[in-house]
Amino acid sequence: MDESVLTDHPRRVTPRRPGGWGKRLAPYLLSLPAGLWLVLLFIVPLGVMLVQSLETCSPATGLCTMTWSWGELPSQVSLYHQQFITSLLFAAAATVIDLVIAFPIAYWIAFYGGHRKNFFLIMLLVPFFVSFVIRTIVWEFILSNNGIVLTFLTHHHLVPSGFHVLGTSYAVISGLAYNYLPFTALPLYVAIERIDRRVLDAAHDLYANRTSAFRRVILPLAMPGIFAAFLLTFIPAFGDYLNQEILGGVSNTMIGTVIQNSFLVNFDYAGGASLSVVLLAVSLLGIWLYARLLGTSTINEYL
Amino acid sequence: MSVQDRPDTLPTPPPERPARRRRKLGRFVLPTYSWLVIAYLVFPIALMIIYSFNRVVGGLQQVSFSWNGFTTQWYRQWSNVPGLTSSFWLSIRLALVSTAIATVLGTLLAIALVRYRSNKFRGKVAVEQVLFLNIAAPEIVMGASLLGLFVTFNVARGFLTLVLAHVMFSIAYVTVTVRARLAGFDRSLEEAAYDLGANPLTTFRLVTLPLIMPGVLAGALMAFALSIDDFVTSNFVSGTAPPFPVWVYGATRVGIPPQVFVFGTFIFMVGIGFALLSIILSRKKI
Repeated sequence: MDESVLTDHPRRVTPRRPGGWGKRLAPYLLSLPAGLWLVLLFIVPLGVMLVQSLETCSPATGLCTMTWSWGELPSQVSLYHQQFITSLLFAAAATVIDLVIAFPIAYWIAFYGGHRKNFFLIMLLVPFFVSFVIRTIVWEFILSNNGIVLTFLTHHHLVPSGFHVLGTSYAVISGLAYNYLPFTALPLYVAIERIDRRVLDAAHDLYANRTSAFRRVILPLAMPGIFAAFLLTFIPAFGDYLNQEILGGVSNTMIGTVIQNSFLVNFDYAGGASLSVVLLAVSLLGIWLYARLLGTSTINEYL
Repeated sequence: MSVQDRPDTLPTPPPERPARRRRKLGRFVLPTYSWLVIAYLVFPIALMIIYSFNRVVGGLQQVSFSWNGFTTQWYRQWSNVPGLTSSFWLSIRLALVSTAIATVLGTLLAIALVRYRSNKFRGKVAVEQVLFLNIAAPEIVMGASLLGLFVTFNVARGFLTLVLAHVMFSIAYVTVTVRARLAGFDRSLEEAAYDLGANPLTTFRLVTLPLIMPGVLAGALMAFALSIDDFVTSNFVSGTAPPFPVWVYGATRVGIPPQVFVFGTFIFMVGIGFALLSIILSRKKI
């Protein structure tokens, strides 16, 4: 925008700016180091992973040979489809819980935060100042049988004595919901903060009650934030395995655990790569939908 | 920002009933709820800090969540677990190195993206899409694919592979942060420098860099925070010497020494200190 104003200006002073080759090459030279780094260590590995998924690995020797067979993909998917479904359900549950928890607080900070907005935003970000692994370990202690919550509940006979949380799906979902809550709250805040309050006043002037003002004004205007929150919460939660490994049990294994074990425990690179390709494909579907609906550049605004 | 700038006294008609009820919601229900959510977010961290002062009974020096009495023993013996201490210093070194590299590369890329439109910068759209994908892609896929790359090309896993990985996932965040800062940049200041006979390098050093410095610093802080807390990617690409989060993860299987909470508390205090400092500094500017 500013640029066009400058170029259209009739009395613009021609500055002695670098010209010729240097100027023409400048954008490429500036972006070359970062671009090279990203191509070599982000794009190329994804290609290698795709190729690896066509190999066949022997579990005994750990050696992989290229067989150009697509067989690994469907066989891995049919073997681990339950873990994929579990991951999808857990990530979806955690995302919905986070949206419900985060929306009112994001609304409150945006509309009533006043001069203390930054303080409240930092309070939302507080979990990020503690290592992800430590946070999850502390949740393990909180939810354990002799932890604070269950001790209190069983002491007051609010739950039966044999009741336990750790190892269940609820424990995993609550861990995911806690760990990714800031990822949901911040985009929501950014979107709600942008809503012009006069629009809301206008709705009230036109005799909208609270519910319809929320439903027909705030919610539609906050929609981009809800999409961004969904993207930033659902995809990491979908691939997460730490919460499941620390808080979950054997019956609710997520796909991330399977991938990690394929690579780091069983050395089945072909199997792990196949599952990663599927995980990436599912995530890309969500990413693509987001990009189609809102454009790729919008995500930058919510970080 | 925009809400704050707006005057509070807009020409409003006499308040109707819904408006009054809305105010009540804002005054009582929402604040109570919000503080409860904040309490929920802070609760595990408070527990971590409290239990870093917990005495340990029994032979094994492991954290337990029964309160055995107050002690500062773990703060005095913070470096008594050799593996933990070395993993912590490794994380610090790793974060410093990868932050330095990612900040420089990300800033240069951000300048290119803000300065040049796609007719002067072919491939700009592709670069933007790669950045978007890099931020949105699941981390486990990036970590696993990097491991596949290193195994395929026989790269020994260690500090080098960690730096390569950490810079890779930090660049996009730095670029996005710096770019947001550059968007409001007044190009005429640079034109003025050129008119006064400054060459491009001098202009960059004396005009551009000081102006974009807050954005660069914010990007660097982000990269540092990402690097020091990274577990998923590091778990795939670290060799025999794991960084702090990976070491703690490994310890969950055998028992966590109380010093882990001491380090956790220390990192938390430093992080929150920086955050509060940035609030104070930004308030002073206004």
